Amino acid sequence: MALFQIAEPGQAQAPHQRRLAVGIDLGTTNSLVASVLSGSAKVLANEQAETSIPSVVHYQEDGAALVGTAAQAMAVADPYNTIASAKRLMGKGASDLADTLFADRYQFDTDSGSIPAFKTQAGNKTAVDVSTAILQSLKNTAELSLGGELVGAVITVPAYFDDAQRQATKDAATVAGLHVLRLLNEPTAAALAYGLDAKEDACVAIFDLGGGTFDISLLKMQRGLFEVMATAGDTALGGDDFDHALAAFLAKQAGISELSDASQQRNLLNIAREVKEQLSNQSSCDFEIPLADGASFTGSIDREQFNKLIEPLFKRSLKSCRQALRDANIEKTNVDAVVMVGGSTRVPLVRDRVSEFFGKTVLTDINPDEVVAVGAALQADILAGNKPDSELLLLDVIPLSLGLETMGGLAEKVIPRNTTIPIARAQEFTTYKDGQTALALHVVQGERELVSDCRSLARFELRDIPPRVAGAVRIQVIFQVDADGLLTVSAIEKESGVVASVDVKPSYGLSDSEIEQMLTASMEHASDDMHARALQEQKVESDRVIEAITSALRSDGDEHLDGDERAVIDSAISDLQNARDGDSTDVIKSAIAKVEKVSNTYVERRMNATVRKMMAGKQLADVEADGPADTE
Amino acid sequence: MAITLTDKAAEHVKGFLDKRGQGVGLRLAVRTTGCSGMAYVIEFADEVAANDEVFEHNDVKVVVDPKSLVYLDGTELDFTKEGLNEGFKFNNPNVKDECGCGESFNI
Repeated sequence: MALFQIAEPGQAQAPHQRRLAVGIDLGTTNSLVASVLSGSAKVLANEQAETSIPSVVHYQEDGAALVGTAAQAMAVADPYNTIASAKRLMGKGASDLADTLFADRYQFDTDSGSIPAFKTQAGNKTAVDVSTAILQSLKNTAELSLGGELVGAVITVPAYFDDAQRQATKDAATVAGLHVLRLLNEPTAAALAYGLDAKEDACVAIFDLGGGTFDISLLKMQRGLFEVMATAGDTALGGDDFDHALAAFLAKQAGISELSDASQQRNLLNIAREVKEQLSNQSSCDFEIPLADGASFTGSIDREQFNKLIEPLFKRSLKSCRQALRDANIEKTNVDAVVMVGGSTRVPLVRDRVSEFFGKTVLTDINPDEVVAVGAALQADILAGNKPDSELLLLDVIPLSLGLETMGGLAEKVIPRNTTIPIARAQEFTTYKDGQTALALHVVQGERELVSDCRSLARFELRDIPPRVAGAVRIQVIFQVDADGLLTVSAIEKESGVVASVDVKPSYGLSDSEIEQMLTASMEHASDDMHARALQEQKVESDRVIEAITSALRSDGDEHLDGDERAVIDSAISDLQNARDGDSTDVIKSAIAKVEKVSNTYVERRMNATVRKMMAGKQLADVEADGPADTE
Repeated sequence: MAITLTDKAAEHVKGFLDKRGQGVGLRLAVRTTGCSGMAYVIEFADEVAANDEVFEHNDVKVVVDPKSLVYLDGTELDFTKEGLNEGFKFNNPNVKDECGCGESFNI
């Protein structure tokens, strides 16, 4: 016998056509699934009555995967086959491993290619595989709870996830057999859960400090629409880091100088987490750490000591808050409400200091662990078509500028960061050399001026460009970002119509530093970057001048110049070449000016000769056939 | 002619209505589609039409149009749990047979 849920008036579905959709918060530490039942969003419990499962997967010898609490229970005993916090490696390359804590904690197969794979007894597993296992478990819970197959899911991702990380998340969902209705930024989902769209014109800050990531988003409600004004954050800051700081402190207290193995470290982290959670409710806490010799160490820590440990970590979040306020071009006092999301916002220091920073009491009414999943479920319900009219339109923004590499290794931004999506932007480019028939396009992401400081997303080539003089070819490059934040870049040569394009698929192997480092670096290096760009531009300009003048000299230098005149120009060119290889913008500038000055006469003579030739051609059409028109 | 709610069903309907923030009650109806003839409709009711019948249990109003009432008369609406799945259940004495899943029925 079927069980029924209450539908909105006029929205009841015909039998077997109920559109079951869920919202999934695929977290670094914990994952949840929620759905709208009889009009209310509810987090769904699994067979063990857990509404939240640890984002941990244990791989067994027979290849089966244990997910959640059962997997976490294996973490201490069998650390290498038990993978936690894999979300941090989503869309990352093997070269990113060094920046994370993973290299110490797990065994990796580094020969298997650019995607880092955990070595487990069930074979090599990537972060996508681990996420797939977690999603499958959540899907199973949902289908048991809802009594039917899901039409789709809204999966939340940190606002700072780049294209590669978003695509990796989609890949994991696809393998798990979930249709992704939409990827939704976690802070945006939180705003939905609070129903903050009801407050007209309100400006809301979403402060999301989870297990592994931190996001600050500034949202504005206008005529019932959410507009994301700005986002900033830190993809490597969260409760995990508090645990690590605390674990290191506890180890020091206990006189443990060197950790003997992975399970001892895991054990310490578990103790640290318990201590942290207790310190949210009480001002001091006792702890006990087993030592290698079988004895154990007992100690005590108070909240003040704990606050001191996490203070430097916490401060990084306020830095991001300032950045977001700057990007949105608003003052702290313009923020009407601050929503707390993520388990780590239970830490009293965090609540107090964020309230202090924004000058108002932060909102903590909704369970900070569930709020994102609840918002995603509400959105899934709308996208599945269970609401009479989907008046809710979410405007998301791209987190980092997208652009192309131009001559001299400069990054030309095509879509600036914090542009609302979906968006398409076109820009025209041209060739640099005479007769150039191919153009290499290098798509980059980041705020820095030099390509070498940005993140490389994709490379592709536009071929069969008709050979023309430099600058005559018109190539239109179109950047298109869809509602999920995924990028397609296409290039078309206007005259011949040749086309090339690339979908930005995960560029796992390509990576620079962490995204938030890219952002802060762009602020810190703003003036360096400006100079670097100016220098690079002068270098490109001098290359162009040298190329143009030497090619002219080659063709008719001897015709218009005597030996001395030629020597002067040659020496100016070689001076320019030297200046170009140096790093003074001013020296290059004056060297370019000098080349232009000494070659003035030559350029004039060439010009006159060309004009004469053209005039001659016009007046005496038959002369052309006989030879060069060097007389009137 | 009557339709009843179990206490548990009434409690849940009330909870859902409160969360929704509007609505006068619950509308039950029967639609003539489905793999086995007829199908149940269960929706929030935002208004009561002139010829609707209204039943009340524990302050919860159940609204039924007269045409549907013919098929639903004597029905008790319950709220139950089957495994992880929970929801409303129609105990309809008029049903002669229903499809395997119970979403549609014949009388």
